[in-house]
Amino acid sequence: MAKELLEGNVAFAEAAVRAGCEAYFGYPITPQTEALEHMARRMPELGRVFLQAESEVAAVNMVYGAACAGVRVMTSSSSPGVSLMMEGLSYIAGSEVPVVLVDVMRGGPGLGNIAPSQGDYNQMVKGGGHGDYRPIVLAPATVQELIDLTYQAFDLAEKYRCIVVILADGSLGQIMEPAEMPPMRPVRKAEDRPAWALTGAHARKPNIISSIYIDPVEEEKFNLVLMQKMARIEANEVRYKELLLEDAEIAVVAFGTAGRIAQSAIKAAREEGIKVGLLRPVSLYPYPYERVRELSRKVKSILVLEMNGGQMVDDVKMAVEGRVPVRFYGRMGGMVPLPDEVLDEIRALHAQRAPVPTGGAR
Amino acid sequence: MAKGRIEVNDLYCKGCGLCLTVCPKQVIAIDHDRLTPKGYHPAMLADPEGACTGCAICAVICPDAAITVYRLTPAPERAGVAA
Amino acid sequence: MTTAAMAETLIYSRPEALRPVHTHYCPGCTHGVAHRLIAEVIDEMGIREMTIGVAPVGCSVFAYNYFDFDFAEAAHGRAPAMATGIKRVSPGKIVFTYQGDGDLAAIGMSEIMHVAGRGENITTIFINNAIYGMTSGQMAPTTLPGQKTTSTPLGRDVEVHGFPLKMCEILSQMEGAAYIVRRSLHDPANIRKAKKALRQAFEVQRQGLGFAMVELLSSCPTNWGIPAEAALHWIEEHMIPAYPLGDYKVHPAIAEKVGG
Repeated sequence: MAKELLEGNVAFAEAAVRAGCEAYFGYPITPQTEALEHMARRMPELGRVFLQAESEVAAVNMVYGAACAGVRVMTSSSSPGVSLMMEGLSYIAGSEVPVVLVDVMRGGPGLGNIAPSQGDYNQMVKGGGHGDYRPIVLAPATVQELIDLTYQAFDLAEKYRCIVVILADGSLGQIMEPAEMPPMRPVRKAEDRPAWALTGAHARKPNIISSIYIDPVEEEKFNLVLMQKMARIEANEVRYKELLLEDAEIAVVAFGTAGRIAQSAIKAAREEGIKVGLLRPVSLYPYPYERVRELSRKVKSILVLEMNGGQMVDDVKMAVEGRVPVRFYGRMGGMVPLPDEVLDEIRALHAQRAPVPTGGAR
Repeated sequence: MAKGRIEVNDLYCKGCGLCLTVCPKQVIAIDHDRLTPKGYHPAMLADPEGACTGCAICAVICPDAAITVYRLTPAPERAGVAA
Repeated sequence: MTTAAMAETLIYSRPEALRPVHTHYCPGCTHGVAHRLIAEVIDEMGIREMTIGVAPVGCSVFAYNYFDFDFAEAAHGRAPAMATGIKRVSPGKIVFTYQGDGDLAAIGMSEIMHVAGRGENITTIFINNAIYGMTSGQMAPTTLPGQKTTSTPLGRDVEVHGFPLKMCEILSQMEGAAYIVRRSLHDPANIRKAKKALRQAFEVQRQGLGFAMVELLSSCPTNWGIPAEAALHWIEEHMIPAYPLGDYKVHPAIAEKVGG
């Protein structure tokens, strides 16, 4: 397929359509509303289901219902809207029905602003809703990666009967880049819906989909099932990208748009003779702890760059286990770090200068 | 001879007594000599004079669908429960 | 009469759509009556194998253990949204929600308003007993002025807590609503009328006419603190004046068929 100039939000919506998404329920929220608008036109065109819900609370529960009925279903939102979905996500996880969610993060907390941010890392990666569960969380850095990960998300959600979150940010949602669309996959036929789905108890025992286990003995058993599922996910679904780490003395760890910015800074630093490389986690859950641990045995220091006050850095420190210094640099509230700022941090780390407590250094 | 009779199922009856209050012939009583598996005193037909007509009003009010109703008729007809 | 001319006919037995299990509802609780009527209607319409129920949070949170067909458990108040998701992707199925007064009129107010607004082709059975049962007796949006509950121990004071919400009156204003009626479960005659209304509400869905809701005035002997029989009288004396029975909206396509 030829490359087209595509806007991030429209791209992920169309990628979902091509992956066989049968239903979309959502609510307008900047900076991802273009996705809802694209679905509003595309889904009815293809005879599939689109509905603008009255709130994100309603949207996630419509998604829950459709997922119980055995269809490929998704929603998308941004930070304050995703907060409203947390209850629904916990119920979905506790019911083991597959769901895809795209979170196009913006400045916060609270109403915040509509500028890009990575402030939902803790919320999404650590589960978000109440209870012990983790969605698979994938963090694209380009529109192409956003397309590819969204296209894979439905299969992944069904493979594990879990939630898959595509964690993007406002810049990725709004940016226009050349990218290729994957081919259109056929939508599953109604008779091929999963055996566990609510399709009417015809010629079978009734199915019940619920997240209640009133007896703690049973609830613990169910939680162990979820733990085993997460262990399988951790064993099989780690994804990351690397750049120039073979001889690196400094490793920059950054995800999404921050990873992309770090790339520019790293190239400039290399030209100054600093041996620096990039580890860009693509799966945030499961997190590439093992790779970070390996790196911490090779490099002299690590710089974590995020568009938040320091969230992924805790996961990095856990894997580094104190072997080498971990320095954090972040911008918050929708401010996007520029490559020059990051280059300064790399230089400072290289010269072993202490971090300056301004901007976002920690 | 009674025109009707009821059977009350111990698995479901909670002895709430609502059937007693609506029976037009007052032929239902609580059986204080027995307990259901859940520990309730169930309702029972108490119809020594054969007054039950099988009207099924008891079954209409029963919150536990514990009552089965029979009627002796020359030509079977549907009772008022099925609307 | 000769014995040959007399036969013992089965007049009434427990509906098939109810599982053969004991329920956890209190003795005399009209949830059981409502469940029984729904099961009878589903049996009579022959729709058990195409019906999907959505259970609320409240005393009837385990409704799915009592009915013998597909069921989902919703978060508190969210059943209409879940039902929307199920129905939109399974338009040929019969989808209903079963909700109490907290579930529907407090936390779920937005969701129920919008299914009525959208004219969602689902059926809602609304159990109004003017109190929160499962959590042991707090005020509900439908609690009456002066009514004592654990969160209004001196009686509901309208200056503090406002006035009861009358859901049939509210939802019947919506163009998308096709059948909005209020019935009562306090005596056999009204229970029979309630069953007719439930049947009608499912027929409305089968004919794709829009949103259907049957509000059923119900008792809560345990949390009202009175015996089961007295509780039924309480419905008649206190609830019916506040929540008049009747048909608040009836789609013209079924208007002629609707009896009382």
